[in-house]
Amino acid sequence: MTASMKVYLDNSATTLVAPEVIESMLPYFSGDIGNASSVHSFGQRAKAAVETARRQIAELIKAAPSEIVFVSGGTEADNLAIRGIAEAHSATGRHIITSAIEHPAVLATCEALESSGFRVTYAPVSSAGVVDPQQIREAIKDDTILVSIMQANNEIGTVQPLEEIGRFVRERRRAGASNLHFHTDAVQSAGKIPIDVDDLGVDLLSLTAHKFHGPKGAGALYVKKGTRLGKLFYGGHHERDRRPGTENVPGIVGLGRAADLAAQELSERSDRMRGLRNYLEDSLKQRLTDMKINGDGAPRLPNVSNVSFAGVDGESVLINLDLKGIAVSTGAACSSGSLEPSHVLKALALTKEEIRGSVRFSLGAFTTQAEIDYAIAVTVEAVKRLRELAPAAEESARASL
Amino acid sequence: MYTKEVEDHLANPRNAGELIEPSGTGDVVNQVCNDRIRLTLHIVDGVITDAKFKASGCPPTVAAASVLTTLIIGQEIERAAQLSRNDVIAALVRLPPAKIHSAVLAIEALQGALDCINNREEVSGAKK
Repeated sequence: MTASMKVYLDNSATTLVAPEVIESMLPYFSGDIGNASSVHSFGQRAKAAVETARRQIAELIKAAPSEIVFVSGGTEADNLAIRGIAEAHSATGRHIITSAIEHPAVLATCEALESSGFRVTYAPVSSAGVVDPQQIREAIKDDTILVSIMQANNEIGTVQPLEEIGRFVRERRRAGASNLHFHTDAVQSAGKIPIDVDDLGVDLLSLTAHKFHGPKGAGALYVKKGTRLGKLFYGGHHERDRRPGTENVPGIVGLGRAADLAAQELSERSDRMRGLRNYLEDSLKQRLTDMKINGDGAPRLPNVSNVSFAGVDGESVLINLDLKGIAVSTGAACSSGSLEPSHVLKALALTKEEIRGSVRFSLGAFTTQAEIDYAIAVTVEAVKRLRELAPAAEESARASL
Repeated sequence: MYTKEVEDHLANPRNAGELIEPSGTGDVVNQVCNDRIRLTLHIVDGVITDAKFKASGCPPTVAAASVLTTLIIGQEIERAAQLSRNDVIAALVRLPPAKIHSAVLAIEALQGALDCINNREEVSGAKK
């Protein structure tokens, strides 16, 4: 442990690019520079590399390569899935079901559709941060065209019961709802837990490279064969007419290689991260009183720990950790004297104080034991110091004007 | 996001704690975000001889309370009473617009502590 140690524990935001991934991308910046649509050999080598990546992504989620559409990342994948279904199926229905804890890429897209005449049901979650599949089942109406539920939450890491929801969707489809579709935002879960699109029963699945040690700016949308989908962009016939635009060949190659590595090392990475995450939580619980692990009790991703420290401000913890070289994130930001709490933590029905004191630690495949030991020591010290600095609760304070 | 002065006061708060038998105490809370500052002062012959603070809330609130103590220790109370939120912000170089309320809270804590002294003096004056 040294004062100059740099510890990155914000892997839910983004991750470092694995050395093998960087190496796989390099030839496509200068040597194999072709446009994958070009007929010449440069173009054909680029095309071959894109198709290799397509197979690698398909393998990660147990899909067919022809069902993979390359996009710029998770936000575009979510937009394409939701807007694409809305556009292609609005004649048969204008109702969408999602959850209260989705990423803004899903929530804001749904809100935009609401303003153009769609109805959206936002399913609540339990205090552990899990959607109730029965509630989804009951929310499905004759005009429902899409159910979009994330596979794992980005703030607390809770894994949603997609298989069960998928069964209900199939059940309704067998009963005649042929325009009902099921999308999942798997941006946080891809590369961290096993995914089989058939087992999940999804028609659409979003993922992005930079959450599993690939580059930023490269993602994919799985679109089940036969799914009718509108377009976001116009201008070319790339990606089977689903997403025009010259392919980001180095990014796609990196995405493919990152998926390949994640698939090969899935259980090993996941076991190691879970071990370190549990050690982090146990150590904090041993050394600090009045803390709560959000999402505890629900199935969680192996790499995320969202902790509420009573009596402290998450941002003050964050800055104290940052000054010691440790990167984390917080679910609450105080702005202009108002608290803007995370919609996820609000949906868990946490108290204002619990939301305020929340800190997210998210580990990556390269996180080490020494880094976690350092993070534990610095966090314990910071939380204790901030608590000591706080005025005693029993003394009265005058309200500010 | 924050200046190194804000970060430094958060990491190394100056005059943290609470004075015993203070001449004045200001304890204010922002009811919206719940940020709180408690300031205690010792006054001798009209001069602030010591000040300590306790604070909870976002980084600028802790920093504003901490830097305030450095601005007022050794000051005559009349001059301290003239300090404004802009003096607190200047001492921290800059605060993001959304965090100006931290400097406001620090000044309110100071005013509260000084009011407390004035009230006491009026009471003791009335007894004479």
